[in-house]
Amino acid sequence: MVNRKIVGAHYGLMDWLAQRTTAVLMALYLLVMSIALLSGVGSSYQRWHDFMSFGWVRFASFVFIVSLCWHVWVGVRDIWMDYVQSTGLKLTLHVLTLAVLVGYAGLATQIIWRL
Amino acid sequence: MKTRNLQFKIYRYDPDKDQKPYMQDIAVEVDSTDRKLLDALVKLKAVDDSIAFRRSCREGVCGSDALNINGRNGLACLTDISNFPEGKPIMLRPLPGLPIIRDLIVDMTQFFKQYHSIKPYLINNDPPPERERLQSPEDREELNGLYECILCACCSTACPSFWWNLDKFVGPAGLLAAYRFIADTRDQATNERLDNLEDPYRLFRCHTIMNCVDVCPKGLNPTKAIGKIKDMMVSRMV
Amino acid sequence: MSVNVTVRKFDAVIVGAGGAGLRAAIQLSEAGLKTAVLTKVFPTRSHTVAAQGGVAASLGNSEEDHWHWHMYDTVKGSDWLGDQDAIEFMCRKANECVIELEHYGMPFDRTDNGRIYQRPFGGHMSNFGEKPVRRSCAAADRTGHAMLHAMYQRNVKVNTQFFVEWMALDLIRDAEGEVLGVTAMEMETGEIFAFHAKATIFATGGSGRIYYSSTNAFINTGDGVGMAARAGIPLEDMEFWQFHPTGVAGAGVLITEGVRGEGGILRNGQGERFMERYAPNAKDLASRDVVSRAMVTEINEGRGCGPNKDFVLLDITHLPPETIMKRLPGIHEIAVQFAGVDALKEPIPVVPTCHYQMGGIPTNYHGQVVVPGKTSQNEVMPGFYAAGECACASVHGANRLGTNSLLDLLVFGKSAGETAVETLKRTPKAHKELPADAFDRTLARLDRLNHQKGGANVHETRLAMQRSMQKHAGVFRFNDLLKEGVQKILEVQQDVQRTEIQDKSKVFNTARIEALELDNLIEVAVATMVSAEARKESRGAHVRDDAPDTPERPNGRDDANWLKHSLWYKDGNRLDYKSVALRPLSVDTIALKTRAY
Repeated sequence: MVNRKIVGAHYGLMDWLAQRTTAVLMALYLLVMSIALLSGVGSSYQRWHDFMSFGWVRFASFVFIVSLCWHVWVGVRDIWMDYVQSTGLKLTLHVLTLAVLVGYAGLATQIIWRL
Repeated sequence: MKTRNLQFKIYRYDPDKDQKPYMQDIAVEVDSTDRKLLDALVKLKAVDDSIAFRRSCREGVCGSDALNINGRNGLACLTDISNFPEGKPIMLRPLPGLPIIRDLIVDMTQFFKQYHSIKPYLINNDPPPERERLQSPEDREELNGLYECILCACCSTACPSFWWNLDKFVGPAGLLAAYRFIADTRDQATNERLDNLEDPYRLFRCHTIMNCVDVCPKGLNPTKAIGKIKDMMVSRMV
Repeated sequence: MSVNVTVRKFDAVIVGAGGAGLRAAIQLSEAGLKTAVLTKVFPTRSHTVAAQGGVAASLGNSEEDHWHWHMYDTVKGSDWLGDQDAIEFMCRKANECVIELEHYGMPFDRTDNGRIYQRPFGGHMSNFGEKPVRRSCAAADRTGHAMLHAMYQRNVKVNTQFFVEWMALDLIRDAEGEVLGVTAMEMETGEIFAFHAKATIFATGGSGRIYYSSTNAFINTGDGVGMAARAGIPLEDMEFWQFHPTGVAGAGVLITEGVRGEGGILRNGQGERFMERYAPNAKDLASRDVVSRAMVTEINEGRGCGPNKDFVLLDITHLPPETIMKRLPGIHEIAVQFAGVDALKEPIPVVPTCHYQMGGIPTNYHGQVVVPGKTSQNEVMPGFYAAGECACASVHGANRLGTNSLLDLLVFGKSAGETAVETLKRTPKAHKELPADAFDRTLARLDRLNHQKGGANVHETRLAMQRSMQKHAGVFRFNDLLKEGVQKILEVQQDVQRTEIQDKSKVFNTARIEALELDNLIEVAVATMVSAEARKESRGAHVRDDAPDTPERPNGRDDANWLKHSLWYKDGNRLDYKSVALRPLSVDTIALKTRAY
């Protein structure tokens, strides 16, 4: 490959939009959870367990986890883009970040749904 | 006439002579007719003619004398001497993030390259009419706050994203110019311009740190312009 | 300092990238000629950027207007010293050139029906001097900025090749007198180059820095004018310098005449609107020389303002704040920055300040440099063109009308470019060989500067020149002072020939650049002082105590003896004269008459 700085990947808007959308989704989830906690669902393990087992809570939790990982992906990738200059290293870090995030997402989902 | 002794610490570097840059302590006597930092610099140069800096219009419209003054980018000709605290040396450094040619003079090649990359000219492929292309005063108003840019580079060189990705991020000045043409009702290349910017580096390195807004000597707001470009991209997509 | 001179060949070389240079460059680049544009500063830093009020064109967007009326105003403004062929050419071309700019994308302000906004300006009248007319096409009070950027942008579009931060040093002429290009220094490296070209266009701007108090930028050092003078080309009408009525007192920064166009009023220390006494009809919008002299008269007669009674006030406090912020935002900014006043609430202290050089390198209206020769007083010098403030076409004569400078650089920048393109296309030829001594003058200057010992300090010498010019060739001129001034400026010239710099380094040596600029400034200063001393009449901006206003000679103007252009030659410091072109291209001569506003 010629040694030239290349731009023009023609993406970026989706990520930028995703980062904002996921932030809003996470904020909503945290709001709902705060209200729930304030109303005492966390007073005992059993109540907490029952609450987390509702279908809609599971659904919302799943959305939250995916949002978080997606949000982190864009943010962390931005950091690699800013500070890592070598293409090979950058790609490796991107792949590692993705692998870790996918792993985390899977694990977290499993934990919640196993309850 | 009231005089004042100004102490400076000035970044000095002559590639032919100096192994590495250093900060020089130097003082100059200014009187009440010297209002601006540039007046003091001109006096300094009369004392030591080897101090190199750019200057031209001395009224804030040409954009030559952008410097890093006490850690903040600004134009020497618009910086009041009276605002400098007594007894503390004034730190003068070249604009950060760009290669240094000599003393306070930076190499602006990358800055202009980014400016040129957004096609900074009106694109209208209709045959030119005999008279002016019409534009309503309201449409013309959209260009206010955009066309006044003097390309001094205070904003771009205050932007961390620009420092890290000098060669890839267009930077606030270039993006302001990009929006100046997108916002012009006479321009027909809005789509191409948006395509040209839809890139994780060229536009989306802007993390709304807003240093650009903070330092702009003309009071312009590149962050707002960048936001409008993003808005247009979103409305184009959905 | 390297003595190797690298030669680069181009079809055309343009020196200067202000309005005129950029306009000419568009012409050459669009024609596909290999063109180099040399500029001391990045193009948008050229001083055209500081022009504020507007560019004249009889578009008639707000009320009826006609190029012939514009022509009449310009001839009258010039106190009949302007060449009427060139003036007709300029006024007729105005609309086309302004419309072109609009098509390039210049963000003009707009009228309600979407056309280019026009405002009144000093000396612009309808129907041959009847009443003020809105002729100045404006982009707020940043017209020069908007224009320069639009033209730079157009040049980016047509791929003009710029050499940014290159300073032209000397003109190259061969034994037959033909111009073959310039020598230049790349400022970043200090290396010397020659630009060998079939057409050389000077668009180097003005030289206002010869005065102590000037609206001009630091870079306005008359480089083109100095180079031409050293190469044996005469300088035309150098005694005529415009003092802009409204420079910020103390700072010298320009306050556009557009302020008065929008309704601003000049007041003396007693709060009186004194212009009513000097120009009952046009009042504050009289021609610039008239207003400047009125202001100095007020100050001299003790009716100035401030503790030393040394300025007058420009008052816009009666205008609606919205108008000020919409039409004059830059002025509001300048008043805060440089006068420390909020113009919405307080008047701005102003004094007449050196602003514009009416004279320059003699050209015809095609932009070709012309010099007296065997066959005519206007023989075309092959290969050499000039446009803008450095040139003298002469459209401004003894006094320029506001907004005619931007028009001048558009029309003659374009016309010089067009003529160069036509000439090169019509008679294609190889580059003429450079003479053996092509670089001698440049190398001698640099060598002298590098080896000068015990010489004169550049800063102090420049200051001495500026003070002499200010004192001896100011708004009002006195026979004794002028005579003394000639002696003084020749003494300063001696010092300029032995300037010394401490810094002898190569990389971006601004001390060397300033010393080289001073070489150019002094040519302009000497030309000005000598030409002014010799012209024993009052005309336009040149007003002498020994040529007062009398019934036989109204305003001190002496048409019988002095209706002629001065030509100053560096060689022998001598003067020659040539006649004024009183015959326009298509209309009748605008006959001589007494100038009153």
